Amino acid sequence: MASIRFTVNGKASNVDTEPERPLLEVLREDLGLTGTKYGCGEGQCAACTVLLDGRPVRSCITPVRAAEGRTVVTIEGLARNAALHPIQQAFLDEGAFQCGYCTPGMILGTVALLEAHPKPTDAQIVEGLNGHLCRCSNYNRIEAAVRRAAGYAAEKR
Amino acid sequence: MSVINRREFFQMAGGGLLIVVTAPVSEAQRTAAAGALETRLHIGEDGFITILSGKVEEGQGALTELAMAAAEELRLPVERIRMVMGDTDRVPNDGTTAGSSTTPRTFPLVRRAAATARGLLLAAAVRQFGVGPARLEVRDGAVAYAGKSFGYADLARSPEIAAAYAKEVPADTVVTPAKDWQTMGQPRVRLDGRDLVTGSHQFPSDIVRPGMLYGCVLRPPSYGATLDSVDLGPGEKMPGVKAVRDGDFVGCAAPTSFAARKAVAAISATAKWKTVEQPSSDVLFDYLKQHASAQARPGQDRGSVEKGLAQAQRKMKATYQVPYVQHAPLEPRAAVAEWQQDRLTVWTGTSNPFAVRQSLAEAFGLTPERVHVFVPHFGGGFGGKHTGEAALEAARLAKHAGRPVAVHWTREEEFTWAYFRPAALIEIEAGLDAGNLISAWDFVNYNSGSAAIDTPYRIPNTRVRFIPCDSPLRHGSYRVLAATANNFAREAFTDELAEAAGKDPLDFRLAHLDNERIVDVLKAAAEKFGWRERRKRRKPGAGIGLACGTEKNSVVAACCEVEVDRQTGSPRVTEVVEAFECGAIVNPANLRSQVEGCIVMGLGPALREEILFRGGRPTNGRFGSYRVPRFRDLPKLDVILLDRKEREPAGAGETPIVAIAPAIANAVFDATGKRARALPIRI
Repeated sequence: MASIRFTVNGKASNVDTEPERPLLEVLREDLGLTGTKYGCGEGQCAACTVLLDGRPVRSCITPVRAAEGRTVVTIEGLARNAALHPIQQAFLDEGAFQCGYCTPGMILGTVALLEAHPKPTDAQIVEGLNGHLCRCSNYNRIEAAVRRAAGYAAEKR
Repeated sequence: MSVINRREFFQMAGGGLLIVVTAPVSEAQRTAAAGALETRLHIGEDGFITILSGKVEEGQGALTELAMAAAEELRLPVERIRMVMGDTDRVPNDGTTAGSSTTPRTFPLVRRAAATARGLLLAAAVRQFGVGPARLEVRDGAVAYAGKSFGYADLARSPEIAAAYAKEVPADTVVTPAKDWQTMGQPRVRLDGRDLVTGSHQFPSDIVRPGMLYGCVLRPPSYGATLDSVDLGPGEKMPGVKAVRDGDFVGCAAPTSFAARKAVAAISATAKWKTVEQPSSDVLFDYLKQHASAQARPGQDRGSVEKGLAQAQRKMKATYQVPYVQHAPLEPRAAVAEWQQDRLTVWTGTSNPFAVRQSLAEAFGLTPERVHVFVPHFGGGFGGKHTGEAALEAARLAKHAGRPVAVHWTREEEFTWAYFRPAALIEIEAGLDAGNLISAWDFVNYNSGSAAIDTPYRIPNTRVRFIPCDSPLRHGSYRVLAATANNFAREAFTDELAEAAGKDPLDFRLAHLDNERIVDVLKAAAEKFGWRERRKRRKPGAGIGLACGTEKNSVVAACCEVEVDRQTGSPRVTEVVEAFECGAIVNPANLRSQVEGCIVMGLGPALREEILFRGGRPTNGRFGSYRVPRFRDLPKLDVILLDRKEREPAGAGETPIVAIAPAIANAVFDATGKRARALPIRI
């Protein structure tokens, strides 16, 4: 057992746990943040994507000790008060989900993608999100949502 | 689970109080009153309408479609409809959410119930205003006349409505014809979308109950293995762990998933198993033929296939192979079980809530009324979640632990212990007559099933059979069942016949088609794709192909272009144009998503997916080795939706998948001159 301190969605957290537990399970089981999903346990589907110090990581293969002293953002940390993050709004407006289980990971992957490429080309969207699986195979709609989100961000600037 | 009165129920459902019926409708009443308005629709004091259905939402869009139907008939904004689905204590049993059945079967029930309710409310308004219905305006959940209006909630207080409420919805209730639809027929993002983008929706794997433990189950090393001996001690010793053995079932419940897995791993080290020999995927198709049933199930039989073949100018035969594939929904099986004395409540992701309730009741010797199954909107099924394995495991662990227990299958468990789409071996023999038309068609499917097994082509002599086999793997439903395998074989072989006849694949099909609906989608897809021009101007390294089909009262045709890597022989699909028709379109936005989703999901088994197995377990049961479609595989997609307002709406979540694999196979032939007769397609 170890005491792991990190910041989650702007709040300080202190978790006493086995340091080898996946960050995903600590977020879900200890902190009640079930928006982050398990999909494969091997970093192949990206449903478990969270931002660790702003960079996307697969929380299913990230031991919680790796979060020590760092900041984590999950899907629950994106909306501000009642206002959706522009990327969430774009996914909603575009209807870029069917079952929606991949959606939280997909949205956090898009946060990172648009950070790197505020006006992504189609090829950059494909490369940026290729690690994310959507078994409902809604990729076309998701690409449209990413383009829409880039537009919303441009409007804001 | 204590009996919840209607008032509590509506508070749970998100506000709005029931005013028309005050007593809870029991299981027996619900069964006895099957079809009564009170089992299907409630009017809330807040003017919201609640629709109840035993169907479940798993991403296919049923929730929104049913809400749109109710909104249409009640002349209400769809936001004023609340949906309660898949909750066995509260909803009528609408059967399995499968087989594209929600739209043709449940959707009309909701339309009729809502239209009946509107009629009752209007009649109440007529009594209130003392004028005829023609002078009243029904709009936005109220009935208005001469500047005054009564909301539905006010009107619903009338005793006449309470009496009518317990009666069966008349089967001849007139519903709004598609040409007059205001809400249906318009694109609509699904109503629960906001909860999906914020992560606040609770999927079955997100359900948390007070005091809940996490479960993990000991799995056999191979299919058919039985447990000889096991020592629970090493697991039980770990802090907070409850271990249980019940016959071959061994599992642990612990405060975290991590602890539960560790406990099961420690127990697993002590387990001794008796294994049985299992076939491998290398010999799959021989195995199926060797283990074929003597009882063939006949399909379409016309004329005499022997005579037709004997008289044919030209005879051809071919064999097609389709391996096992997996649904791999992104959310693996998950359940939470909670006991209160001899009552069991289970939250789980299944397409079949009432059947899962029945199997839980049987497993624990309870009457079904003592089991409450609740199915939250879950993370994908595709026909792969008709069962309740995790529910049963969670219930066993929870019973032993005396606490609620969650069981979340891992991806590896899902790949190994869920069921697969059946493998298919298909043999076809056909003959062409002097006019280069198909005169005889002998088609046999081993193992995979009879969906779409009949040919839609005009052929005078046919014999079509399905022969069940002793399947080496546990198999079951998958999006449109065997229709994909049967369509692949038929459409690929039809292309071979077209070539032998010296005909263009499009013309050859049209020459054999009487089904005008298929003709329409075929022509629509071919025209948009530019089939005739593209047949004339060849593109080096690329090829084009088409295919069509019908199933579940809908029709589909696809044209595609592929590029084949000369070195690896692996095809890449660069463009797909697909036309689809399923009658009157209810929600064009959702339909487009379903059709696009079918095409892209269908690329997987067409190009890469195949369960390999040896020694009684899959050898590639992980996303790292079982490659499903990704963003990079996405072709240029063009979907044409033909809206047929004069036809009743049919389901649309399945049939759009059947055309893609044969269209690719045919395009690969066009590019390489080689026939692909097995999935996944490799040259």
